[in-house]
Amino acid sequence: MTAHESFLDSWPAEKYAALLDLIPAQYAWLRWLVSALVAIALILAVFGLLFAFTTVTERKLLGRFQNRPGPNRVRILGIRAFGFFQPFADAVKALTKEDIVPAAADKILHFLAPAGAVFFTLLGFAVIPYGRHLTPLDLDAGVLYFFAAGAASELVIFMAGWSGRNKYSLLSAMRALAQLISFELPLLLVVVPVVLAAGTLGTSAIVTAQGGWSLGGLIPHWNVLTPWGLAGFVIFVIAALAETNRCPFDLPEGESEIIAGHLTEYSGFKYALFFMGEYFGIIGLCGLGVTLFLGGWQAPCAFLQFIPSYLWFGLKLVAFILFFIWIRATLLRLRIDQLTRLAWKLLVPLGLVNLGVAAFWMLTASWDGPVLLAVRWLAGLALILIPYVLLGRSLGAGLGPRDYRYAQ
Amino acid sequence: MPDLSLLSFLAIALVTLGASAAAITRRNIIHSALLLVAGWAGIAAYYLWAGAEFVAFAQILVYVGAVSMIVLFAVLLTRLGPGDTAPAPDAFQRAAAALVAGGACFVALAGAILTSPLDLPAAARPPAVAAAPAINVREIGLALMEPAHAAALLVIGILLTVALIGAIVIASIDRREADHSGEAAS
Repeated sequence: MTAHESFLDSWPAEKYAALLDLIPAQYAWLRWLVSALVAIALILAVFGLLFAFTTVTERKLLGRFQNRPGPNRVRILGIRAFGFFQPFADAVKALTKEDIVPAAADKILHFLAPAGAVFFTLLGFAVIPYGRHLTPLDLDAGVLYFFAAGAASELVIFMAGWSGRNKYSLLSAMRALAQLISFELPLLLVVVPVVLAAGTLGTSAIVTAQGGWSLGGLIPHWNVLTPWGLAGFVIFVIAALAETNRCPFDLPEGESEIIAGHLTEYSGFKYALFFMGEYFGIIGLCGLGVTLFLGGWQAPCAFLQFIPSYLWFGLKLVAFILFFIWIRATLLRLRIDQLTRLAWKLLVPLGLVNLGVAAFWMLTASWDGPVLLAVRWLAGLALILIPYVLLGRSLGAGLGPRDYRYAQ
Repeated sequence: MPDLSLLSFLAIALVTLGASAAAITRRNIIHSALLLVAGWAGIAAYYLWAGAEFVAFAQILVYVGAVSMIVLFAVLLTRLGPGDTAPAPDAFQRAAAALVAGGACFVALAGAILTSPLDLPAAARPPAVAAAPAINVREIGLALMEPAHAAALLVIGILLTVALIGAIVIASIDRREADHSGEAAS
């Protein structure tokens, strides 16, 4: 594949390797340390800025969706930049706000929770392949590592909800835990076929397995373009929305019922840290979605390979995040029973069925030619669509449109 | 230069044992539960140190992620009140029961560990920290599919799938007929 590699891909990688080689070989540990620190610094810088501009983009887009301009006042040195300097003003505000700790709070846990919220979500960034030569930590069990790192975020929410000695916080923490556990199942279930197809748990190997094009370099071999991949991707997006507490699943901080959920007793920079952790969680999970289903850093068409791989990854990631913002502007918040019902009764069974579809797809890998390929595709799609329709019908039976009765 | 591998092992052991000991002695049961989770994370760190990457991540995913939730839910659902603490530990009966249960557990585990063959060749010793794992996930998977382990793997897989489907069935038993007037309209 190196023949088609973009110059902008190979050149920085070569220069970086050459620079690392300047360190004498007997100090291998120093080489390891330097490359690890460079990766950490790069991730913090790039995704810190992406976080900052995601927040302002979200506010501006939500504004546009609601027919108002959104934040547009902040200026630095007289330059207004359509309000895109807003995050810097927000940072100053968060840093200078008073940090309030309730008198009855569990001080240690109250302090640890916001730090953990950022720490554990940042861990997952280590295994995402950002480009052809840009996987910070190419673990053999990368996907498992990502979910293991994310598992601790549930503990953080519990710590935040419990430490404040606030009943709304605790209620919301319990609700959040129920939500996170419920949606972790479909999330993991749809990842399994991807691992099956690639034959590995390593993230960069999964991206490599999605390389290549059909029809003269026009149709990529991304997982989302298979029946199981398409169904898996839809389930993945729904579960990812719930895992990151995004609308329409943002019940943990349903302000209409429980103030701000587990964030009620937090103020100032600790609140900002939770905010940061939440956005890092979104970016990380979107990055994993791009890696697993959208071909990672692979270009969509063969002739587009002159654009460096990391730009493709960035484009897909930003599109994914913008889609999440669009969803937030469009959909209403669910109730907790509707939420868990969706996970347990619809997504988990469909995830299990999807495993069967993936098995069918892999067993028919030898089917060749346009007719057989179409049959294979349609049969796979039918295998997942028919259960979906049947399940949806049986779950929705008798629930029809609701007629509202007002006080008479 | 001191042995870096040994030092990190000692640090991991200290953290694990310290967290477990603190979990036993805390009077605040939530703190105990969280310290127990820290102990599990320490065990995962040990697996990582020993080069068993896959087992380490699985340990974190299952124990720190899932089992900890069961523990916390159980604690919160059974707690009587904020000032409620466990009865005094000086009760003789309680101490005796704890000793018997703990001793039995220790004997069973020690017996299992002592009788299991552990003939690692010198080359397969645990590598230093951050070294590549000795075996990759693919080999673990293939080894599990061999006749020696396949039956156990299948039984566990079926057991877990049945548990999952059971949970779905329990969740899908609707009380719609029972309280048709109430929240059933969702």
